[in-house]
Amino acid sequence: MNPANLVEISGLSISFGNNTVIDNISMALKQGEITTLIGPNGAGKTTLVKAVLGLLTPNEGVIKRSATLRIGYMPQKLHIDTTFPLTVERFLKTAAFASTADRHQALQSVRAENLLKQSVHSLSGGEMQRVLLARALLRKPELLVLDEPAQGVDINGQTELYKLIASIRDKYNCAVLMISHDLHLVMAATDQVICLNHHICCSGHPEQVSTDPSYIELFGIPGAENLALYSHHHNHRHDNHGDILPLPDTQESDHTACGGHH
Amino acid sequence: MPEFLLLALLGGIGVALVAGPLGSFVVWRRMAYFGDTLAHSALLGIAVGVLFDINFNLAVVSCCVILALILVSLQRQRLVATDTLLGIMAHSSLSLGLVAVALLDDVRVDLMEYLFGDLLAITPIDLLWIYGGGGIVMLLIWRLWNPLLAVTINEELAQVEGVPVARIRLALMLLIGVVIAIAMKVVGILLITSLLIIPAASARRLANSPEQMAVSASLLGVVAVLLGLFASMQFDTPAGPSVVVAALLQFLLLYSLPLRRVA
Repeated sequence: MNPANLVEISGLSISFGNNTVIDNISMALKQGEITTLIGPNGAGKTTLVKAVLGLLTPNEGVIKRSATLRIGYMPQKLHIDTTFPLTVERFLKTAAFASTADRHQALQSVRAENLLKQSVHSLSGGEMQRVLLARALLRKPELLVLDEPAQGVDINGQTELYKLIASIRDKYNCAVLMISHDLHLVMAATDQVICLNHHICCSGHPEQVSTDPSYIELFGIPGAENLALYSHHHNHRHDNHGDILPLPDTQESDHTACGGHH
Repeated sequence: MPEFLLLALLGGIGVALVAGPLGSFVVWRRMAYFGDTLAHSALLGIAVGVLFDINFNLAVVSCCVILALILVSLQRQRLVATDTLLGIMAHSSLSLGLVAVALLDDVRVDLMEYLFGDLLAITPIDLLWIYGGGGIVMLLIWRLWNPLLAVTINEELAQVEGVPVARIRLALMLLIGVVIAIAMKVVGILLITSLLIIPAASARRLANSPEQMAVSASLLGVVAVLLGLFASMQFDTPAGPSVVVAALLQFLLLYSLPLRRVA
């Protein structure tokens, strides 16, 4: 196994009954690299992620990873029954291995310290995702696995969330494997894109994948709405009380550096 | 205080204490129907106890535990949905129990006592079962508390974090089986689930953490037992159902009060 690879997958196939969900996939996850899985619904993205996590046993192929690999996992959605009284603090405490300092640091990394005493039932979609991300960080992960981290988060929040994930990668120097629906939103914050439809349709750098014929066949040519989305940038943001805050880093946000082209 | 009343009080309080935390899990994990199924199988345990001349308490505990194991293994199949399966097992084990008891015509078994409980007929031996079995259950819940919470929040997340999910889930089902077996004497087969879920549901109105909910559920259960027993003596009503009615009144009261909660 190549020492730079945290996980090496070769010839992986998974089927449920007669239904082959994952068909002969080989790929590697490298330290410090963000890998994004994209693909239509039912393409096997979540199945592949679960196999990497060790929650599913493959029918064929091997997944090589070190036995001591620390994985932080952020599930797609958490259904906590409303009869379950739970604050963010108590939720993070159920990860028994973490210390108070760990919890504080994890919440700080996702900029959610202010949520500590709140009920998990009162969180917005974006806040909940941040808390889940903090929970995944408690493991001090070498590999961070995120199943659709942007689900239930509005567009502005999504861009922010992907930036946050990239900054976490820089801080923890971990590998990241995530599932996303929108290549254009996640493009800036990813090193490797794998376009999945049971098998790997195409893979590589995001720019490369977005012009690949098999990607265009699956998702179509990036439409005008995506362009509009990109030209739309705020010169301020809102804090938790709705008050207007200036953007901390204008160069990054108004894209003057790249001349407005994407 | 007459001795039978003291035994009834101690027995009821013991069951209410252990039902609090377990009832909370039944509510959080939506296992009320599972509890009912186990409870209904308890009558089968009585029949087995009579048939093979085994101690009734032991027979009922074993029967509940075996049924819990069968349910865990059957949940993996995909032919029949879990709630259908539970419905089939609940009512067929109750019917099997009734048929078996009827066939044992040389022994007289007071069905009413088992279906609705006979709190006022608790013996010192029963008390030993309640506090011995209940004590072990409490100890295990205390030891397994954090993994139990982690599994209740999300099983896959717990598994990735190294919690032995299958074993914890099995442990929870066995614990519920044991509590149902020891609670049978107090409120009877048909009413056991109510003692698990009503105090826990009421406690939700007062709790801001899982720990608070478990403890409040125990305390509310104890109060319901005291009120129910008092009413039973005062108005000459059956003890088990009186306890359940007291728990219901608590529930209605707590849900009609404008309480503020954090979590």
